[in-house]
Amino acid sequence: MTALDNYIAPTSLEQAVVQLQELGEVTILAGGTDLMPQSHAGRVKFKRTLMNIRRIPELRGIAREGDEIRIGALTTISEMMAHPLVREHLPLLVSAGDHFASDQIRNAGTVGGNICNASPAGDTLVPLMVLGASVELASKPDDTLFRRSMPLPEFFVGPGKTRLAPAELLTAVRVPIPPKGFVARFHKFGTRPALDISAISIGVAGVLKDGKFSQVRVAFGAVAPTPVCGCATEEALEGKKLDAATIAAAAKAAQDEVHPISDVRASAWYRKEMIHNMTKRILEDVSANH
Amino acid sequence: MSQQTIDFTLNGVPTRVSVPVQMSALEMIRNVAGLTGTKYGCGEGECGACTILLDGVSLNSCLLFAVECDGRQVTTVEGLADDPLGRRIEKAFVDAGAVQCGFCTPGMVVQARQLLERTPHPSREEIQRGIEGNLCRCTGYVKIIDAIEAASKE
Repeated sequence: MTALDNYIAPTSLEQAVVQLQELGEVTILAGGTDLMPQSHAGRVKFKRTLMNIRRIPELRGIAREGDEIRIGALTTISEMMAHPLVREHLPLLVSAGDHFASDQIRNAGTVGGNICNASPAGDTLVPLMVLGASVELASKPDDTLFRRSMPLPEFFVGPGKTRLAPAELLTAVRVPIPPKGFVARFHKFGTRPALDISAISIGVAGVLKDGKFSQVRVAFGAVAPTPVCGCATEEALEGKKLDAATIAAAAKAAQDEVHPISDVRASAWYRKEMIHNMTKRILEDVSANH
Repeated sequence: MSQQTIDFTLNGVPTRVSVPVQMSALEMIRNVAGLTGTKYGCGEGECGACTILLDGVSLNSCLLFAVECDGRQVTTVEGLADDPLGRRIEKAFVDAGAVQCGFCTPGMVVQARQLLERTPHPSREEIQRGIEGNLCRCTGYVKIIDAIEAASKE
């Protein structure tokens, strides 16, 4: 076990991925809001080098690129919530951000960090999943910068575990601009609104046209080792009219398809009940307001 | 242990310190720079007693790596004595009797500074939301909210 004995703060993406490739044993620092307490508690061990990526301009900023909004990995939750493009096209991320920890943590924590931290309860993950987001990854295995992208659900492997390769950096998350008639909801349930880790969270999105719900995406947080797609719930809703029978069937499908554990925040039984009741409530709200 | 030298502005004063890489900004401010107004409450971002401004934006200094202060402007509660809005908030806390044991007060004042800069005339609900990352173990929230409201009306 080698102790932390090196600190670097690269000032370009190129420099960062070259150093990641050469040094191998690197802990990445962005906002620090998870790394600091997790390392203090011994849940995360520092590798030999601490790389502070906050001086890399390519990882900042929010821009429209074609039919997508590109959110740089270093964007803080506060910056995301305040950005005009996000407010106009992705209001779900604004309302989800509003339930994220506290003002101080929103000012420091980054979108890329929340994704790489890969908590099953990560507050941006479920909303990003129902928005159809993908992650953009960069590395430099040889002379050329290699970039790849991956749909967000595929990125998560387990609590704190992702498909990010050791010499790879998450550079941005890309979110398609939603089509006309798009509606989306995110609900987080915990014991207090601020600074709480969700007992469960639910995201629902889709296109409502002529009373029918289509292109449905459902995701659940804190009911599995990773945020998960609610595929059976999607199927129960796809192409249907949001009437009482459809909503009841979807809520039942949601309850049946999640397999949560019991822990300090809630029992498995309670989580399944909450998934049922909250899915129902969200769908009733969508149906009543459109 | 790896040491790193950083240069930053602390309450307007150019400052250079050498710190262990994994040290928090809170430890650096209190134990290296010697400013003890910023308090250590929980050490994990739950209580807000360690709130500072980094380039004018409020953060939990216990969650911030000291090395991240390099090249930036750090403002602690001591620095608000030179700031008109900061002084107004401090006076309002005194006038309203918003201080009980006083431990949360520096963090509350710094966070109130952040809130009133962004939202100069907040509703009481906006004040509550603004300080939801700050805990008062004496539970003296009503007078704290009164004080922030009063400061916003001056």
